[in-house]
Parts: sequence; C-alpha cells; structure tokens
Amino acid sequence: MSLIASKLCLKPDTEYHLNDVCFEMSKGEIYTIIGRTLAGKTTLLKTIAGLIAPESGSLTLDGADFGRIPVWKREVAMVYQQFINYPHLSVYENVAFPLKQRRMPKVEIRNRVMRALSQVGLDGFENRKIQALSGGQQQRVALARSLVKEANIVLLDEPLVNLDYKLREQLREEFRNLFSAKASENSILIYSSTDPVEAMQLGGQILVMDEGRILQQASAKEVYENPNSTKVSQITNDPAMNLFEGTVADGKVILSAEIHFELPQHCQALPQGSYIFGLRAAAISLADGGFPFTVELSEISGSETFLHLKHEHVQMVGLLDSVQNFNIGETVSAQFDTAHLYAFATDGRLKSSPYGGLK
Amino acid sequence: MGLLYSTLKYLAVTLWSVFVIAPFLWAISTSFKDFQSVTNGATYIPWVDFEPTLEGWRALWKSPAQGGVAIVEPFFNSVFVTAAGSAISIVLGTLAAYALSRFTFKAGPIRNGDITFFFISQRIMPPVVLAIPFFIMLGKFSLLDTLMGLILVYIVLLMPIAVWIMVDFFNKVPREIDETALIDGCNPYQAFYKVVLPNSIPGIVVAGMFCMIFGWTDFFFSFILTFTEVQLLPVAIVALNSSITPWWSLSAAALVSVAPLVFVAFIVERFLSKGNLSGALK
Repeated sequence: MSLIASKLCLKPDTEYHLNDVCFEMSKGEIYTIIGRTLAGKTTLLKTIAGLIAPESGSLTLDGADFGRIPVWKREVAMVYQQFINYPHLSVYENVAFPLKQRRMPKVEIRNRVMRALSQVGLDGFENRKIQALSGGQQQRVALARSLVKEANIVLLDEPLVNLDYKLREQLREEFRNLFSAKASENSILIYSSTDPVEAMQLGGQILVMDEGRILQQASAKEVYENPNSTKVSQITNDPAMNLFEGTVADGKVILSAEIHFELPQHCQALPQGSYIFGLRAAAISLADGGFPFTVELSEISGSETFLHLKHEHVQMVGLLDSVQNFNIGETVSAQFDTAHLYAFATDGRLKSSPYGGLK
Repeated sequence: MGLLYSTLKYLAVTLWSVFVIAPFLWAISTSFKDFQSVTNGATYIPWVDFEPTLEGWRALWKSPAQGGVAIVEPFFNSVFVTAAGSAISIVLGTLAAYALSRFTFKAGPIRNGDITFFFISQRIMPPVVLAIPFFIMLGKFSLLDTLMGLILVYIVLLMPIAVWIMVDFFNKVPREIDETALIDGCNPYQAFYKVVLPNSIPGIVVAGMFCMIFGWTDFFFSFILTFTEVQLLPVAIVALNSSITPWWSLSAAALVSVAPLVFVAFIVERFLSKGNLSGALK
C-alpha cells in the first residue's frame, strides 16, 4: 500500500498553506513531519484525512484517487494535539464509537475496545467519564480510538505537545512501541511534531516542512547527517544549528579577522568563495587555545548548559555537557570541532557534510 | 471591621430578599382574601388579620357568566404559543447557529458576523417598529387573532435569542470534535446529531429558558395582534383591571402566570446543580 501526493497546493489567502507538496509513503513505515508552527503540518494531515480539500494536486492510495473519497469513508484515524474526545460518552463508548459507526457486531466491538484500552494502559477505565480523566489519560483514550479502527492511515498531530514534560517522555516511549507494532502490520503512520528530538527518537522517515513546502524527505539518520539546506538544519536541530557567513580561501575557513581555521578534510573539495558554515551546538567546546568569545547568556538545562556566545558578528550557541556557571560579559575560549563542520552555498543548499562529503 | 462588614452584608441581603419576596407574599395573601378583606384596610396574615377564602382561586376556573375571570383558556393559549414558538425557534436557531459557527458565508460584503448581527438586530429595534408590519402581514394572510399568527411572530422574536446564544456556544465547542466525528465515520448530519448536539444540551437549555421567559412575558404583541378569538394570559390578566378590580382573582391569576417560569427555573437549576452545564468540553 502506498500513499502518493503529487503537487498539492492550497493558498486560501496570501500565503501558501501547501506549496507543491509531493511525497510517497509506504505501508509499515512511520513518517514524521517536522516543521515550525504554521509550517503546514496540520494542514497536510487534514488534507490526507479529507478535512481540507487542496486547490490542486492529487492524492492517491494504491493508485486510486484518494482525494475523491469523503472523509467519513476514508480509512483514516487521527489524534489531535488537543485532547479531543466525545465528552458525553464514557471511555468505552468513546473508543467504540468508530466501530459502532461501522455497525460491527457487539462482541467484536467489545473485544477490540478492550484490547485497545489495554494497549494504552487504560484497563478498568471503561466506565469513567472523559471529564474525570487527566490530560494524559484523555490523550490515551484518543489514541485508543485511533488504534481500534485499524485504519490504513493513522495521523498524529503533535499528540504530546500539551502534556507535561514527564508524561511526554513516558508517552513518547509508549507511542514508539505502539507504533512500531502497528507499523509492522498494515498501516501508514504519520506523526507531526515541532520537536527535532521527538522526530529523531521516533525514527522512520522524516519530512521537513516549512511555509507549506516539503524541504526534505529522508530517513531520520539521513536528515540528521545531511540536512539539504540551512532551513532544514535549523528545523531539525535543537538548539538550531549555528550558521556563520564566511569564505574559503587558501585552504582556510575565514569567519572573521580573528576567527579562521584550516579547511577540514571533508571540505577540501570546496572551491574558494563565500559559504554559510554550520556547526551544531555540541560541536563547540570550551578549551584553551580557542577563539575568544563573550558570554551573552548562560542557560542551565538539566545536566547541560547552553552558552550563547558572540565575537564581533559571529554569534553561536554552545552545548556543554555539564552544569557550569558563567558571568554575562565574561570572555571564554571556544573551540570548534571542525570535523563536524557543514558548508552550505549562499543560497542555503548543502555543499559539504561531515557524513556525506561534497553534494 | 469584620463584624461591621458582616452585619452590613447580611442587612443588605435581607433588605433585598424582602424587596423581592414581599410582592409574592402580598400576592399570595391577597389571593386568599375576599371583597371585605381587601376593602377593609391593610391586612396581611390569614386567620389573624382576615379569614382566608378560595374565592379568588375558584374564580379562575369559572366563566365570566358564572362570576369568574376565565383565564384557563388564555393560560393554555399562552402555554401553547410559548412552547411552540420556543421549540421551533430553538430548532431553527440551533441549526442556523451551527451553520454560522462552522461554515463561512460570503455574499458581497456580507460575512458570518453580519448575518448573526442581522438576527440580533430584530431584538435591538423597539417592538413598536415591528408591530405595524406584523399587523399588516398577518392581516394579509388572515392570521390576525389566531394562535398560528402569534406563533409565527414569536418565532421571529425568539429565534434571534436562540441564534445569539447558540452561535456563542458552538464557537466554544472545538471544531476538532466535529472533525473527529467525521473521521470516525459520521457523515456531516450524523456528526451534528450524534456528537455536536448531545454536547450542546447545556446551551440549548439556556437558550430554551430565555426563549420561554421572553415568550411567556410578552404583552405587547399579544395585545396588538389579538382581539376576541384568541387571548393570551398577560392580556387576560390586564383585562381584569376594570372599574371594580377583583384584586383577589388578579393576585391568583398573577401567581398562576408566574408558576410556569418558576417551574422552568426549578428544572434548569437542578440541571445546573448536576454540573451538566459546565465543563462539558475540555
């Protein structure tokens, strides 16, 4: 089974919500759509569900025109970022709702509902009212309702975004296990997120979206190692990849009068000229003999420290894997792990990657 | 300071309670009086100040020929017109409100907000502005002095209330609930009556209550648009105020006219106390 989108466009006002969107998705795979807020992720999911009609382009499922099928006849399930359930129904009735719509035998409905509730850890909650559940439990009910249908396409629109940190971590793990089991059967699972960590953890294929356009579709590993543009490098990294305007000249990378270093091995093929260089926060460390930077901000996050540094026009964020205190305005010596340096053309296209070499 | 505040608070509440309850107590007391008790100066407490009698209440069921005031028929006319007008207004108003909340209408410069305002504007105008057009239109269709004519007028008057309340209510119900119902296999009509409508009962109850209050208490249109064939309760009660006003029957009739609203308020209050009107949607 494959879902193919071809040149989907939607421009209800002055801006594109979907701009020439093309992709191919196959059964048994997890697809994560990652993008910033208003990138078009929800619009794309609703288009696949049939809730939004694109102005042009086609959507086919196994060669048949999927776009012509009304939403209530499509074999899709969807979980929203809000905890959307039917407030007037009990937990059991909520999960059974799509099966009752299909007029399934009662015994079959009961078996499926109980199995789905067990999968999401809600055994014994059948008779509870939705309002009596916590946010996490409500989202589990929504998830159970999406599982119980055994739909061809399961759409998950940032399902963890409204949960607290601990619960998000816990559910993310459970989601991954559920999806892995589910994906191995016969569904296409599409998950949207703004969180690069979440997207990478889920694995599978990643579609990077921005301003209604799909910028890159590849495996999570490929997107991480070879982001095809500066925009992708920003969207798929948290904190965003540091980008520096600079030049290659005489076998050196020159970022400013004081900041220049030898061209790393994987960038040797780059012709002289202007580039945008990229370096992840983790590739920046503090050590003697580095470049002098001024501390602009120091943020402690768990067991790590995010250090915002500046030298003339060069600004960057470094990630230190320990908790350290710095004074604002303090000068530190920062070193670049140039083995992990990316080079992009001035129009943003990837030219050289530490993993893929020259593109 | 605390004691003074507390004392003033209870004093204010007591005064307000007396202000609200006293007319009812006066009406109840008067309804059990006879001609003598009413005309012999101020008396309030039955069996102490006066001997109570059911004369005023009995008169409600008697025809004028039997010395009664004949409000049974006006009462049921009012019940019928208010119930029918409110029910039809709620049904039409709910459907209109759902459409205004969920779909985008464009006709030249007119948008959803303008249509909603058009409905509400029917209530902004003074009733007298509508009286002449209603009079002429009902006359053309031979509906003057008929229950059907009054029901049609009441629909025009009550539907804006229903639309106003229900648009606001539907706007607060996440669209994603409708969308989830569609994804779960409901066509748009099923999504409305299987999912949206059951979750809108609190709004419908509130809108229904307001429609019934406005319909039941209307005097102006029932006075203008009826003559001899049909009479509603407010007009019948006012008609009792003649040269020799039967205050005992007038009080009993007034209490009867209030009873349905008290009953509705009692039902809605119980509905509220169950928590069904709040927190339905997270």
